[in-house]
Amino acid sequence: MQVFLLRRTFGFLLTIVAISVIVFLVMNVLPGDPAVTILGIDSTEDARAALRASLGLDRPMWLRYFDWVWGAVRGDFGTSYFFRVPVSELIVERLPLTLSLAAFGTLATVLLGITLGVIAAANHGKIGDWAIMLLSQLGIAVPAFWLSILLVLLFAVKLRWLPPGGFPGWDEPWLALKSLILPTTALALVQSAVLARVTRSSALEVMRLDFVRTARATGMTRGRILRRHILPNALVPIVTIVGMQVAGVVTGTIVIENVFYLPGLGRLVFQSISNRDLFTVQALVVLFAAIVVTANFLVDIAYVLIDPRLKGRLA
Amino acid sequence: MTMRAINLRIGAALVLALTAIAILSLLWTPYDHTLLAVTQKFRGPTAAHWLGTDQLGRDVVSLLMAASVNSLTVAFVAVGVGGTLGTLLGLTASAFGGWVETAIMRLADLGFAFPALLFAIMMAAAFGPSLGNAILAIAFINVPIFARVARGAANQIWTRDYVLAGRAAGVGRLGLTLDHVLPNILSVLIVQATIEFAVAILAEAALSYLGLGAQPPTPSWGRMLNEAQTLMYLAPQLAIYPGLCIIAAVLGFGLLGDGLRDISDPRLTRARA
Repeated sequence: MQVFLLRRTFGFLLTIVAISVIVFLVMNVLPGDPAVTILGIDSTEDARAALRASLGLDRPMWLRYFDWVWGAVRGDFGTSYFFRVPVSELIVERLPLTLSLAAFGTLATVLLGITLGVIAAANHGKIGDWAIMLLSQLGIAVPAFWLSILLVLLFAVKLRWLPPGGFPGWDEPWLALKSLILPTTALALVQSAVLARVTRSSALEVMRLDFVRTARATGMTRGRILRRHILPNALVPIVTIVGMQVAGVVTGTIVIENVFYLPGLGRLVFQSISNRDLFTVQALVVLFAAIVVTANFLVDIAYVLIDPRLKGRLA
Repeated sequence: MTMRAINLRIGAALVLALTAIAILSLLWTPYDHTLLAVTQKFRGPTAAHWLGTDQLGRDVVSLLMAASVNSLTVAFVAVGVGGTLGTLLGLTASAFGGWVETAIMRLADLGFAFPALLFAIMMAAAFGPSLGNAILAIAFINVPIFARVARGAANQIWTRDYVLAGRAAGVGRLGLTLDHVLPNILSVLIVQATIEFAVAILAEAALSYLGLGAQPPTPSWGRMLNEAQTLMYLAPQLAIYPGLCIIAAVLGFGLLGDGLRDISDPRLTRARA
């Protein structure tokens, strides 16, 4: 068990390092001169030279990389060229909104996806199963941003129950939550479609096994068999998918924040692209990739903890 | 007819219809989709304009038709390039095994850390947003997927008796890969490509919606939705049609891919029956 954890942790750290190298290469080396990227091709050579000197771009590549990484480790991502404040300040300001949206989105996805999947499996072959599978087939094909637009059309433009976008800030908790309802719904409806499918097929697979038949023969009720025997054993593939979906939800927030004009990290990254704020984009891309990798790492760990078969082998 | 057979037919029908419309739009659309007629803007559906006109008076049906070419082209190029590269890597990993295999598969794992959107964001920040960069980003996410699928399928073929016999007879790795491994895993790859086609169409729409894909005047369902969103109070119908097109395309390729997979994997059919 310890060896397994150590190996995974090492692999995880190595991946993070590799990500930082790739992002640095793509954003600093491939385009040639970052000063041109920031100032545009019409800029004068003098202006570029001045910018290079002020940002330290005239130093060797490897030195810049290590400076960047060393700074990032201490929470210093450099200064935003556009906003003229430390990038870390921008991130801290916007992180709570993105994290809340991601957390609400994941929670709603898991609740909705597993519930629908279990209902479908319990009614295998009946009308409820068909209806849920049909819906989830549609859910996989629907773009989250279009679903968002439809939700806004119905609940904001037509019914006027909820705001079409924007965020009032956490000082008004009720209004803040209200403005997150539609974004969370859009995220969760699309993501839970996949989860419902996996939950259903995983539960159906377990239902066919001998111990379930035995449990049924002992006179256990359907609900009790479902909770005690089927769900715990069906959980392994479900957790894998949930882990992959955390990645989906996190990148989903980037899209959704832009649909609903929510001032989170996803909106910041797009503003920074149009502002040619190279170092802010660089920091945010690494941050998002790190979140994705961390989610997968945690799933790997959770895997061992929940799978009754793996536990014995690795103990 | 089983549920799966129905799904396969619906998928095939949608894909055929979409392809036919895309080809037709290269030869004929009701109007020139670039034709501006501002005096005709925001018309409702009429006999002349079946789905009405947009904010610049362009015919919506013509725009949707022209955008289907964009969707299919992007998906074809991105999945083609990414799939070929990934398959090459997967076949190499499988043929050599050992540290080559480990190295390639670790690289593939790393590729999964960058969702297409993040990659597209990086490219847009470094080189400016363009359809080409969007295609690159979508191709990039296909590389690790195909590397994994190709290696997994190829590893099974390498243990077959006829391949072992070939090795014993002194046939090289390249020869065996080309003669036996690739032909035997081709159906798996085609199924995967069909499914990734659906993913690519969805990704192109999302990237174009966000402004990282097709740039004006290239017609794109995603970009049409972006423009329609600002006009939601004026002309909500403009936000409906492009979305329906995206769903039809994604659903079509998704159902077709699922259906083909069921046919090509008899083990699945028996387990589910």
